[in-house]
Amino acid sequence: MLCKCQQTSVSESSEQPQVDLSQVKGLLDAYDPATTNLITLLQGVQKIYGYLPEEVLKEVSIVTKIKEAKIYGVATFYSQFRLKPIGKYLIMLCQGTACHVNGSANIERALQEVLAVNEGDITPDGLFTYINVACLGCCSLAPVMMINDQTHAKLTTGDVAKIINEIRAQEGMAI
Amino acid sequence: MKFVVGSGSCGIAAGADRIFTLLNQEINENNLKASLEITGCIGTCYLEPILEVYSENNAMKRFTKVTEESLLEIISQAKEGTLFSEDNANDLVSEQLGHQDRIVLRNCGVINPESIDDYLTIGGYQSIEACLREKTPQEVIEEVKIAGLRGRGGAGFPTWFKWNAALKSAGSVKYMVCNADEGDPGAFMDRSVLEGDPHSLIEGMMIAGFAIGARKGIVYVRAEYPLAIVRLEKAIAQAKERHILGKNIFGLDGVDFDLSIKTGAGAFVCGEETALIASLEGERGMPRLKPPFPAEKGYFDHPTNINNVETLANVPWIMSNGGAAFAARGAEKSAGTKVFALTGKIQNGGLVEIPMGMTLREVIFGVGGGIKNGKKFKAVQLGGPSGGCIPEELLDTPVTYEDINKTGAIVGSGGMVVMDEDTCMVEMARFFLDFTCKESCGKCTYCRIGTRRMLEILERITKGDGKPEDIPLLEELSYKIKEGAMCGLGQTAPNPVLTTLKYFRHEYEEHINEKKCSAGTCHELISYRILEDKCIGCTVCAKVCPTNAIAGERKSPHVIDQDACIKCGQCYEKCNFNAIVKL
Repeated sequence: MLCKCQQTSVSESSEQPQVDLSQVKGLLDAYDPATTNLITLLQGVQKIYGYLPEEVLKEVSIVTKIKEAKIYGVATFYSQFRLKPIGKYLIMLCQGTACHVNGSANIERALQEVLAVNEGDITPDGLFTYINVACLGCCSLAPVMMINDQTHAKLTTGDVAKIINEIRAQEGMAI
Repeated sequence: MKFVVGSGSCGIAAGADRIFTLLNQEINENNLKASLEITGCIGTCYLEPILEVYSENNAMKRFTKVTEESLLEIISQAKEGTLFSEDNANDLVSEQLGHQDRIVLRNCGVINPESIDDYLTIGGYQSIEACLREKTPQEVIEEVKIAGLRGRGGAGFPTWFKWNAALKSAGSVKYMVCNADEGDPGAFMDRSVLEGDPHSLIEGMMIAGFAIGARKGIVYVRAEYPLAIVRLEKAIAQAKERHILGKNIFGLDGVDFDLSIKTGAGAFVCGEETALIASLEGERGMPRLKPPFPAEKGYFDHPTNINNVETLANVPWIMSNGGAAFAARGAEKSAGTKVFALTGKIQNGGLVEIPMGMTLREVIFGVGGGIKNGKKFKAVQLGGPSGGCIPEELLDTPVTYEDINKTGAIVGSGGMVVMDEDTCMVEMARFFLDFTCKESCGKCTYCRIGTRRMLEILERITKGDGKPEDIPLLEELSYKIKEGAMCGLGQTAPNPVLTTLKYFRHEYEEHINEKKCSAGTCHELISYRILEDKCIGCTVCAKVCPTNAIAGERKSPHVIDQDACIKCGQCYEKCNFNAIVKL
């Protein structure tokens, strides 16, 4: 996103992929300020693209007449919203209290080891992004992570590489 | 015959979906005369996946920790007709439920949450219908006052008082909001109610709506609970179909109640009422000064009442059984029951609902079965990031709002995380401050910058760089933040530090003065070593080491290269000869 006062990019990554704006047209056409608030709208955008692309947020601003700065303010306030694209598999590592007590820090280290990326970044093969989340609500089965919609419970550090490598194998990637 | 699979999020995480699919397949392939249903979480998460089988004459047999193999055995017994020949003698679930008193969770794990008929069969929606036909809003509020129901979200504020304020507030448009943004990491009772008994929540909201004069309700649910949202959506759609929600409900002219869902976007501070309202309006979820209270000026400036899921799930029961029956349970000022999420290093982890006033010891060692793996109890954390750690010597404290407050912790929303001797209390305090620091909305300086400074101090202590003056500095910052912050998040953020300093000060001193973490948690302060006399050279540790930091010949003692070791602990976990020690 561009900073309005200095016209310099404040985005961390300059190489954003091309975004197909036609995908969001239906959502924006259906926008009705009486029933939809900005958060719901942004959730809709993220459902389509997996993140909130800068070009789309500009469109949102034009359609809703809400200033870009305010949209950026809301998007950065909530942890659910992402301004960078994610991999095909989104790994949500639970950092709730029960998971923490049961060793989620070691799980994160194992995850970093096998993925070789930092939190929020995509692996070079485009497959994975991992993020830390507050409580997934499966506290009795700690430590827990969710990959797309599948929950993996009672994890050990050894399980992590196994799970990731299984997905890599499914996707035909060399391990 | 009827098969029922426990399909809450935790059951599914433990493999309930796989069991359901396999069961469906087996029933079809074997032409069994059986139906297949789901139910919510019964609370004994440590026994998941759970399968119940009902015979034609309604005898029930329950199976726990069901695997694909044990399922095939169950199917073959069902085919031979021998399934019910033996008594259900060793039913751990029933034993666990025997310790409890279930009001909020009365239907969880009992009915099918996706079937409104199941709810109607057990008397569902009769409480609201009776209120609408026979009672005035004042009478409903009076009943809740007799019950002594207090807000289960954390603050413990009397529910009737809030309802009364919203009722008295002028305005023709009012809103009834349910806070289902269960943000405390370590609590999941609201998720369980939403997934296991969504109609109870809807009915509770309708009664509250009637009491304050609201025709519209909004449930604000966390985005992290996708299954809860799906089940609630289904329940709302079913209730609309039956004219229980919508216009002219129950055939009563001019009586309307509409319910919609708003999905939260992840912000702990939205548990605060004014922040939640800002978020509902599509804004950044930042709290504002009170008054005006939401009862006067809430959602888009209309009078608004906000209650939490557990509070509302109590309401239909109170209306049908009477406030006095509720007040008869629990303690004097803390009436009724409370659901706790027992997690951490506990034997029987899961959700338990107990009458208030039970002691912590009874909950943890009686209902919860004590500590896992024969370890020693160290502390129990109540109230999440706003709460505190309670030590062993205070285990006989009764669980009431007042008694828990005296320890420096709070009852909170009901997270009860049990910690054993391997949990470092300084690290725990660091964990919570890391959480509150990230979740601070940034409005007040004390909270925004104060929690950051506290986190920095705690980080350096856990890394072995702490200084003796850090302890008084932490205390000073704690009291200043408590005084200077505007909302509950900031005012309670220092509690985890203050309680650990009060009860576990020696652990802080050990980290600072001796650069030691005797719990063996703080990474920078520990190292793994192989005991030469115990290592038989089986090479398991060397194989499992992700950084190839372990070297040695087969059948001779191995050695860890301390520079290459990342202290992941995998070798420690895998060694079968106790030859690896944490120092």
